[in-house]
Amino acid sequence: MSATNTGAPAAARAPKAAATTPMSRMTALARAELTLLGRSKGALVAGLFVPLVLPVSVRSAAEEMDLGEAGLTIGTLVLPAAIGFSLLFAVYSTLVGVFVVRREELVLKRLRTGELRDAEILAGSAMPAVATGLLQCLLLTAGCAVLLDLDAPSAPHLAVLGLLLGLVMCAALAAATSGFTRTGESAQVTPMPLLLVSMIGSGMFVPLELLPDKVASVCELLPLTPVVTLVRGGWTGDLSASEALGALATAVAWTAFAVFAVRRWFRWEPRH
Amino acid sequence: MEANEHEHVIEVTDLRRVYGGGFEAVRGVTFSVRRGEIFALLGTNGAGKTSTVELLEGLAAPAGGRVRVLGHDPYTDRAAVRPRTGVMLQEGGFPSELTVAETARMWAGCVSGARPPAEVLALVGLESKAGVRVKQLSGGQRRRLDLALALLGDPEVLFLDEPTTGLDAEGRRDTWELVSTLRDAGTTVLLTTHYLEEAEQLADRLAIMHDGRIATTGTPAEVTATQPSRITFELPEGYFVGDLPPLAELGVTGHETDGRTVRLRTRELQRAATGLLVWAERARVELHRLDVRSASLEEAFLGIAKEVSAAETAHTRKEYAA
Repeated sequence: MSATNTGAPAAARAPKAAATTPMSRMTALARAELTLLGRSKGALVAGLFVPLVLPVSVRSAAEEMDLGEAGLTIGTLVLPAAIGFSLLFAVYSTLVGVFVVRREELVLKRLRTGELRDAEILAGSAMPAVATGLLQCLLLTAGCAVLLDLDAPSAPHLAVLGLLLGLVMCAALAAATSGFTRTGESAQVTPMPLLLVSMIGSGMFVPLELLPDKVASVCELLPLTPVVTLVRGGWTGDLSASEALGALATAVAWTAFAVFAVRRWFRWEPRH
Repeated sequence: MEANEHEHVIEVTDLRRVYGGGFEAVRGVTFSVRRGEIFALLGTNGAGKTSTVELLEGLAAPAGGRVRVLGHDPYTDRAAVRPRTGVMLQEGGFPSELTVAETARMWAGCVSGARPPAEVLALVGLESKAGVRVKQLSGGQRRRLDLALALLGDPEVLFLDEPTTGLDAEGRRDTWELVSTLRDAGTTVLLTTHYLEEAEQLADRLAIMHDGRIATTGTPAEVTATQPSRITFELPEGYFVGDLPPLAELGVTGHETDGRTVRLRTRELQRAATGLLVWAERARVELHRLDVRSASLEEAFLGIAKEVSAAETAHTRKEYAA
């Protein structure tokens, strides 16, 4: 260690040359998080492999269902499910782990001593996983179109809205869940309730159209249901305006709730 | 620019911090730090040093009192303060899977007017570790990485929470040298430490914290001057304390015995020592393990901790009695 060339910086202290902007700060953070994502085997498996494999099992289940009655095809069943898996694994459960591990490593605390604002820390950390999720969904869409003879969507704006809302909602729900997760190990467990409930009740394996009405109307209120509904509706074009608005409202409500939960319960430091 | 804009770069008034469980870690702390000064917060573990510094860094809002850093509230006016401060937390805070260079690059992207990352790594002697993952660094290397990142933006105010814990003697000396150089170049430094030598070497002024309060404050010389000097020796065979010359006449203000060991306290060290040695010479006895020393910061520190605890014990007893 040499202390010889420390004189220069103070002389150059006058005006700050390059001030950071929210975007430049978040980009720097996101770049580091992307490197970390690439180095985390667990995140790679959960985030890349699972969402690409699980849809295959949906497909084999679909072959035993009476899809025609619900106005569905294998393609319009598998694609929304695949997007749902991607959001749950690549975005939601990956980010719960990211937020918890960064908190336990005191990275979040350290970041808060700098120029980054709280929201920038959360958004910057979430960016790589959200981008991975988005990329996956696009690949899955292309894959379904080619392999399952999926036609062009009849209402693409609904599918796009559903996907974007889903990405934001899952990132926010991940931050909220991390507030209730003490360690990196428990981050493997705390996302399970939402994963299971969504897989069973959000129309991923079994479309809500095939469920009893009362059950279906409860399932409609689950966080991931509006995403699946909007994506599916985007392709089938079967959603009425009120159904589409209802789904959007549900997704926005869950996102708002997640943001509230983050403000209320997010932890920046480990418990003492 | 603005060299004299703020005579006091850090101003803390009656600061309080209370944790969730109701524990009051900081109980009314007041001090100020002038521009270009190194100010040390000294104290045992649990004295409230880190709790105080975190309030100055703007990591939490105080439960009471006021903090101003460069004239702003560091918690509510984050955007105004952060580009001008550098912070080294007590413990790491870096993703373990990133390399040193990646960590520095990430931080540089979040700091206005950042210096080239390689330059600050060289400053702390970590240039050869650039490609090493953070998890493979030693504790001391991690501390130096933390210091490097705190220096990235050429901060006007530097907060160092136990900057040399985990460093070996050489690393500690290098850090001291670096921090002094920064001060000489005009940086204001607030550091916490439980190494008395560190405070003695570095600090222009210091405050000793105990139990969430400041027990004493001043320059190292001023703080030391509040304490008596000390003479320790073993009583010769066959002698008792009563055989010594009248202690009050030697300027001794108090004494303790522990077996055959006698400890004298005095504010007139030369007079007391001379009196004692002349007596020994005349009595033709040798004073074994003779140790004559002026007050040091260490004694001041231990003395204050003892005084405060004793006062508290007395207070508690009174409460029980009442």
